[in-house]
Amino acid sequence: MAAPASTQHTVARDPAIVFILKKSVISAFVALILFSLMVGVRTFPGETGQLTYTTRFGELASIVAIVFGGSIVLELLRRWIGPVGGIELPATVRHVVSTLGRLLAPALLIFALLVPVIFYNQRYLLDLSILVLTYVMLGWGLNIVVGLAGLLDLGYVAFYAVGAYSYALLAQSGLPLPYFISTYPFVAVDFLQLGAWAFWVLLPISGLLAACWGVMLGFPVLRLRGDYLAIVTLAFGEIIRLVIINWQDLTGGPNGISGIPRPTFFGIPLTPGENGFAALIGVPFSPTHRLVFLFYLILALALLTNWVTIRLRRLPIGRAWEAMREDEVACRALGINITTTKLSAFAIGAMFGGFAGAFFATRQGFISPESFTFQESALVLAIVVLGGMGSQLGVALAAIAMIGGFELFRGLDQFRMLVFGGVMVLLMIWRPRGLIGHRSPTVFLEHNRAISSDVVKEGQG
Amino acid sequence: MSQPLLAICGLRAAYGKIEALKGVDLVIRPGEIVTLIGANGAGKSTLMMTIFGRPRAKAGSIAFDGRDITGMATHEIARLRIAQSPEGRRIFPRMSVAENLQMGADATDSVGSDRAASLDRVLTLFPRLKERMNQRGGTLSGGEQQMLAIGRALMGRPRLLMLDEPSLGLAPLIARQIFDAIRKLNREDGLTVLVVEQNANHALRLAHRGYVMVNGLITLSGTGAELLAQPEIRAAYLEGGRQT
Repeated sequence: MAAPASTQHTVARDPAIVFILKKSVISAFVALILFSLMVGVRTFPGETGQLTYTTRFGELASIVAIVFGGSIVLELLRRWIGPVGGIELPATVRHVVSTLGRLLAPALLIFALLVPVIFYNQRYLLDLSILVLTYVMLGWGLNIVVGLAGLLDLGYVAFYAVGAYSYALLAQSGLPLPYFISTYPFVAVDFLQLGAWAFWVLLPISGLLAACWGVMLGFPVLRLRGDYLAIVTLAFGEIIRLVIINWQDLTGGPNGISGIPRPTFFGIPLTPGENGFAALIGVPFSPTHRLVFLFYLILALALLTNWVTIRLRRLPIGRAWEAMREDEVACRALGINITTTKLSAFAIGAMFGGFAGAFFATRQGFISPESFTFQESALVLAIVVLGGMGSQLGVALAAIAMIGGFELFRGLDQFRMLVFGGVMVLLMIWRPRGLIGHRSPTVFLEHNRAISSDVVKEGQG
Repeated sequence: MSQPLLAICGLRAAYGKIEALKGVDLVIRPGEIVTLIGANGAGKSTLMMTIFGRPRAKAGSIAFDGRDITGMATHEIARLRIAQSPEGRRIFPRMSVAENLQMGADATDSVGSDRAASLDRVLTLFPRLKERMNQRGGTLSGGEQQMLAIGRALMGRPRLLMLDEPSLGLAPLIARQIFDAIRKLNREDGLTVLVVEQNANHALRLAHRGYVMVNGLITLSGTGAELLAQPEIRAAYLEGGRQT
C-alpha cells in the first residue's frame, strides 16, 4: 500500500514544482526583456558629443533574479493560502470585522472633526487634510455623475474650473446687476461690491454657474453613451481649459488671477487687524486660524455633498439615476424621462464641482489654468473608481489613500506614478468593484432581513 | 361595442430607411387580452415600442381612450398609465427587488397609498417576489425576473399592460405560471393586456383575440380559438414551430 501512495505523492508534487519553475522562468524572461534596455544599457553624451554607453549587467542580473525569486515566493504563498476561496475566517472574527466596518464611517467623521485640534501645530498636516477633503468633495460630486448615473465623465475638472473662475472674477469685479434705463441701450450694468461677504454670496453663484455648464454639456451628449460620452466630456474639459488660457482679457490667460479675496468668518475677516476675528474674540492672531477655518469650511461643504447625495438616492430622481446606470432601455420602457434624469445628474454633479472650485480659489488666493488639467479629472475619476462606484465611504477612503499616498511618496517623486500604477492594477485584480463595491439598497418595504452575502455576491449581479 | 381603449390606424414606423411597420391597424377594447403573434422580425416589438412613443410613428395614428397619443414623448405616455414589460425582461440587476418595483411606480404620478396598494397586488400575484424583496434583481431566476418585470410594470397601476414575449427563455411550467398570472389580472382586475408572443399556442389560448403579423403588416385577425383553428396558423406557428 505504501509504495503506490508515495508514487502518487511524487506524481502530484512534481507537476507543481515544474509549474512554479516554469512560471517563474517566464516571469524572469519577461523581466529580462523589459529591463535589458531600461537598466542594462545606459547611454550618455560623450566628451565630443557622441553617444556613449556603459552596460550594467550586474544590476540587470539582480533584477531578473529578484523577479525569479519573487514569483516563486508569490506562487508558494498562493498555494499556501489555498484555492480561490481565500482564507476562511472564523465566525467571531468575521463578526468583529463587520462591526468595525460599520463603525468606520462614524469613526472617520469624528476623526475628521478633531483633526484641527489634534494637529493644530502642524501646518503641513492641516494643509494636507484640506487638500484631501477637497478631493473627497470632488470625488463625491463626480460620484453622482459616474457612480450613480453611470455617465462616464472625463472632463469633471471643467466644472471645478468654472467654479473657481466664477468666484475669482466675480469677487474682483463685484456682482454685475443689470438695470433698465430710459435711454439706449436700455440696460446698464452696475457692479455691486461684495466686500467681506464675497465668498458667501458667490459660493452658491459659482455652484449655479457650474450647474449651468453641466446642463450645457449634458444637452449635446444626451444620446451618447459609454466611450463616446467619455470622449466628448474629455473634449469639453479641454475646451474650458483652452478658453481660459486664450481669453486673456477676462481670465488673465496663463498668468492666472491673483489676489482673490480670502474667505471671512461670516463677514469677519481672519486677519491680524483690529476688526479681525482674533481681535474680536480676544486671542492673539495666528495664521493657523484661517487654516482651521478653511478646514471646517471644506469639511462642511464635503458633508453637504454627501448628505445631498444620500438624500437624493432615496428620492425618485436618485433611483432613476441608478436605474439609468443599470439599463437605460429599461428606464425608457418604464416611462422615465431620460432627458431630465441625465441633465439633473450632470447639473448636480457639476454644481458640487463648482462649490469645490470656489473653495479652491479662495484657499489658494491664486488660480491659473495649470490647476485644471486633464490630470485632475483623471485623479478624481480614479478616486471614484477605486472607491467603488457609488459608494460614499469608499470614495472618501480612496481620496485619503490617493492624495495621502501621493504625499507619502513625495520623497520618491520619480517612483510615485509607478507605485500608483502598480496599486491600481492590484486593486482592480483583487477588488474589481473598488474598495467598497457593495451597494446598499435604499428601499425597504419589508423588514430589513440580513441576506447572506454569499448569495448576493458578485457574479450573478 | 364599447369604445376601444387603444385604436391604431394605418401606423407606419421605420428605423432609418428600413420600414418596420407598413400600415398597421389594430384595436384593443377595454378588458380584453389581445395577442400579437408573428415570426422574428415581423415588427411585433416595434409595434409595441411605437405605441410607447419610440420609435416615433411616421404616419398613421394611435389613440388611447379616445385621445390621440401619436408623437407624444414616452414619459408622457407612461403617465397616461400605459405600461410595458420590455423584451428580455430588463430588470435592474444591481438594484433590489423592492427598488425595482419602486421604479415602476416612479414614472407615474402615483401617491403613497396607491403604491402600497399596487405593491400588495403584485405580491399576492407573485408571492415569490415577497421572499426576495431585499435581494438584488440580478440574483433572481429567469422566471422570477419575468415576474419582477411584470410586477414592475403593474406598480404604475396601468390601464393597458403591454408584455413583450413574457415566456421568452422560460421553462414551460414557469411560462404557464406567467400566463396564469396574466389571465388572473385580466379576470380579477379587468386589466386590458396586449401580449406580444412567439409562443403562438399559449398566447392564442390565453387571448380573447389575436392578430398575426407578417413583415410589418397585420395579415390575419380573429378570436383566439378562430386563429388556432386556421390551417395557415397551424402550419406557420404551431406544428413547424415551438411545441409546448
